[in-house]
Amino acid sequence: MSDAPLVALRDVTKTFANGTVALAGLDLEIGEHEFLSLLGPSGCGKSTALRLIAGLGELTAGRIDWREQHAAARDIGFVFQEPTLMPWATALANVQLPLRLAGVAAAERAERARAALAMVGLDGFEKAYPRELSGGMKMRVSIARALVTEPRLLLLDEPFAALDEITRFRLNDDLLKLWQDQAWTVVFVTHSVYESVYLSGRIAVMAARPGRIIETVAVEAPYPRDETFRTSQTYNDHCRQVSGALHKAMAA
Amino acid sequence: MNERVLRWAAPLAIAAAVLGLWEWAIAAYEVPKYIMPAPSLIAVTLVTDWSSLMASWWVTLQITLAGLAVAVVGGVLLAVLFSQWRWLELSLFPYAVILQVTPIVAIAPLIIIWLDPNIKLALLVMAWIVAFFPILSNTTLGLNSADHNLLNLFQLYGASRWQVLWHLKLPAALPYFLGGLRIAGGLALIGAVVAEFTAGTGGAETGLAFRILESGYRLNIARMFAALILISGTGVLIFLAFTALTHVLLRKWHESAVRREN
Repeated sequence: MSDAPLVALRDVTKTFANGTVALAGLDLEIGEHEFLSLLGPSGCGKSTALRLIAGLGELTAGRIDWREQHAAARDIGFVFQEPTLMPWATALANVQLPLRLAGVAAAERAERARAALAMVGLDGFEKAYPRELSGGMKMRVSIARALVTEPRLLLLDEPFAALDEITRFRLNDDLLKLWQDQAWTVVFVTHSVYESVYLSGRIAVMAARPGRIIETVAVEAPYPRDETFRTSQTYNDHCRQVSGALHKAMAA
Repeated sequence: MNERVLRWAAPLAIAAAVLGLWEWAIAAYEVPKYIMPAPSLIAVTLVTDWSSLMASWWVTLQITLAGLAVAVVGGVLLAVLFSQWRWLELSLFPYAVILQVTPIVAIAPLIIIWLDPNIKLALLVMAWIVAFFPILSNTTLGLNSADHNLLNLFQLYGASRWQVLWHLKLPAALPYFLGGLRIAGGLALIGAVVAEFTAGTGGAETGLAFRILESGYRLNIARMFAALILISGTGVLIFLAFTALTHVLLRKWHESAVRREN
């Protein structure tokens, strides 16, 4: 974190064609290996910010600086709110998609996709079609697809919002473990205070209309985190602090 | 009785009842066969005239399938071009609609005059015109219905236009295309028969519609019914074939074809 940020949003403004100002003067630095959450009420532009980082859509004003000039597509993994799988393809074929688009040879493609599925705990489900999988499993396939290119930056847009709490907790733990093992940088969009505190090293709290960052909270708790963290005083204190910031954001 | 048995037994029972009543009524009221033949006579005609009916059936089937094939190739190709260039869709789609809503019977004489003396080609063109639109409009709808987030994902991974088409838009359009195909199959047959009626072709190679006209002139109503049965049977067969094809292609993943337990 001491060196230059991996990616920095400088005074980013995004206005949609219908005149809605989604983001106004957003400044955000994302350090390498950081787990950063964007937290805010719906409509605050957090998903828009994530999409802009991914290169989906043009900035109206401002710029996004990458530490290295490559900023290649292969270095980014993106997980949508919905699993967003191709229903006509098996889990394995879905995970292979980014490699197929990049022209990786079939044998290597299958091997890497198998490894990615194993990483998210889905070995044995290679031949399953999305409709045969539960919501949590579909989300795991979606995460495996984001991992298969070995990205340096993983962008997740409220990935667990539609899942039940038990499944969400389990996926939170698995994601944290993967993050520690793989040394990625993660930007995680959520509207859950508890989820953001549990996962993040830093939380950027956003306000709506226009979208901007109101406050940034550092979560001073060591990793690995587990159920003991979820019931600790530190966790509670941070939840209260972030909750306060969120209330301020909603009043702003 | 469980539903599987009922599905077959009930329609068959209706058929047996209607045919029985029909047979009985013709005999009881002594209806002359040039007004209304008994089912048994139709069955006998179907057997005695089998070879000439089959020759006609083959002609009609060829025109139907050829018209449908051209409609599939042309419709899918044009739909793909539409999906690639929106201005092309905006420019041409209204004319496709005009072609669709104009009754085929009304333009048939024109086509026959233009393509004279090639009657077979004229028939094929008419079958094609009728079958073309459902393929074009359904496939266009399907190509435009690909999941927006998946499109974003393809964009994120730097997919080319061709990759988006091949790996995303075409598979997404498949269920829509197959729905169009089932409609177009029946329409191609109707187009072929209507075209034959309008053309009124004589000579060696004549289809089932001509058999119906000819039987009408000769008051051979039994033969008329026999030809009619073959036309309906062909339509049903085409429908069943495409239903089976749809099931085979979609059974693994599409909601419409997936068997549900609850």
